[in-house]
Amino acid sequence: MIGLYSPGTSLIHRAPTLLKLLLLSLGVGVVALFGDPRQLGVALIVVVALFIIAGVPLKASVRQIAPILWMLLLAVPVQALLAGWLVAGLMAGRLLIAVALAALFTLTTTVTAVLEAFDQLLRPFSRWIDAERVGLLVALTIRCIPLVTEIVSEVLEARTARGTRGTLRALAVPVIVRSLYAADALGEALAARGVDD
Amino acid sequence: MTDTIHARSDRPSRARRVLPARDLAQIAIFAALIAALGLAGPLNIGPVPITLQSMGVMLAGAILGPRKGTLALLLFLALTAVGLPLLAGGRGGIGPFTVSPAAGYLYGWLLGAFVIGHLTARLMPKYPFWPALGATILGGIGAVYLLGIPVMAFNLGLPLWTAASLNVAFIPGDLIKVVVTVLVAGQVHRAYPGLIARIGRPRNPADAGSTTGSASTTGSTSTTA
Amino acid sequence: MSSITFDRVSHRFEGAAASGYTLRDIRLTLTESRIGIVGANGSGKSTLVRMINGLVTPTEGSVTVDGLSVKKQAREVRRRVGFIFTNPDNQIVMPTVEEDVAFTLRRRGLSAAEIAERTARTLDRFGLTALADRPAHRLSGGQKQLLALAAVLVAEPAIVVADEPTTLLDARNTRRIQELLRTLSQQLIVVTHQLDLLDDFDRVIVVENGEVVADDRPAIALGAYRALLS
Repeated sequence: MIGLYSPGTSLIHRAPTLLKLLLLSLGVGVVALFGDPRQLGVALIVVVALFIIAGVPLKASVRQIAPILWMLLLAVPVQALLAGWLVAGLMAGRLLIAVALAALFTLTTTVTAVLEAFDQLLRPFSRWIDAERVGLLVALTIRCIPLVTEIVSEVLEARTARGTRGTLRALAVPVIVRSLYAADALGEALAARGVDD
Repeated sequence: MTDTIHARSDRPSRARRVLPARDLAQIAIFAALIAALGLAGPLNIGPVPITLQSMGVMLAGAILGPRKGTLALLLFLALTAVGLPLLAGGRGGIGPFTVSPAAGYLYGWLLGAFVIGHLTARLMPKYPFWPALGATILGGIGAVYLLGIPVMAFNLGLPLWTAASLNVAFIPGDLIKVVVTVLVAGQVHRAYPGLIARIGRPRNPADAGSTTGSASTTGSTSTTA
Repeated sequence: MSSITFDRVSHRFEGAAASGYTLRDIRLTLTESRIGIVGANGSGKSTLVRMINGLVTPTEGSVTVDGLSVKKQAREVRRRVGFIFTNPDNQIVMPTVEEDVAFTLRRRGLSAAEIAERTARTLDRFGLTALADRPAHRLSGGQKQLLALAAVLVAEPAIVVADEPTTLLDARNTRRIQELLRTLSQQLIVVTHQLDLLDDFDRVIVVENGEVVADDRPAIALGAYRALLS
């Protein structure tokens, strides 16, 4: 399954998923308590070290972390105006570290491993949640993404062939209706293969 | 051209599932559709970049109804959380759900799809424009901001009103999405009736609690290859 | 061979007018090894074959497979009847080739090792082994229909029903799928517009406006169908 996973053999890659998840939430929790720029500085060094140990590509990391930068660009001046630059800087630092840690988890853990971890976490609730159905839905959705993408490009092609530009709505309606027909056929195929039995 | 008969899975089986196969397929297709809208990248309307993904959220509620729509969202969000890069801009993983300033909007999407679905189910099968518009605004903007703004304020350490005012810039784009959603959903409901079982009308007590509502939809539709 | 019976079966879609029957008073007993069903689009033939595994329920009458009621014993019937659809894209439900074949075998009380072994054997039989990990959307149309066939046959059903399995394929893949269908040991019921496939069949049924208008050896039934067309 193509996820955000960036292959590797580092200690961080090999650590058990649930342990990583636990350490991540601990890390985020501890960083949230930091009120001293020096503490944050140390944390920042630790995070950079972790990224180096994991050896994940810089580009992939930046892509996950960058979107919060523009939010900070907006929020830091407002914060500074309200509470001063120190508080604003601390807030930005804490957020950056937390987002980076979460990204590190995602970049070093396969989708399959996360699904297995979720499965383990959901086990106590098996009375209410049918794990097999959830698994089926997950797999079915991954199958459906290229199916829907194909429908979208076919509708776009048909539009180009007719030489019309059309509105968003003229594009969306056929895409959705055709997707629903595809869902009908998929539902039939699932039923024929005994999903409802 | 093939004549395909779309089956109804409403046989009176002992093993009636909570979600029949066709519902499963509709949920998966919509989760995939929301993902595909994220892959499309943002559109620029005026100065504001609009991601179509949040329109997928409104469409899920307005077209599939409260149960299937909310489940489609839940499925999409779960796949994103486990590390598939399905959020607009190729983001994914647990970061966007926890520490990100925008984390609340994702939970807001879930609530929004449910609110839109629930209100829309009361407007079926007519789906009149103005009430539908109100329902979609309430869910697609109201419910989303209801969860989005406090989480943003918390994660950025800002006062609530400051966070709220940062959102004003997005309202015009969101309103456009609401209007498009209602127009699209109206056409889809005419082209493919029976997607949402009406609620709010007294039902036959024998039917209560059964799931025939979602299964007893259109009998026949022909696909054009 | 299995025995499939249609006992005074009628069908009309919900909300359709009283006269709007898709099928009307069908009485058939299907025991032959190779049965073809032909008819115009909208004649009701797709509805007819979908009743064999309960994808469509009759409005009146009943369908049984080897004495099992399709309505009441759906699970047993569906394990006996494999179904191939027209559009190969929409019948692949799992992300990869191997997962899709293995999917048919779940919840049948087989061990993981047995599932893996039978899946591998079936992939090999259909020449799909090299494609085992390939995402379904990266297959060609012919490969997709091959996968659909493999995913049905891995469960070794007694009956294979195919609804226009080659309509969306090119000439070469049509021949390939037809060859494979010919070699099946299963009882085979095929809806098709490719009349040449049916020449060596045991029986051909012609459906027109929801009724059986001819039911005979291929030469005779196809003659009647061609007359109907012209």
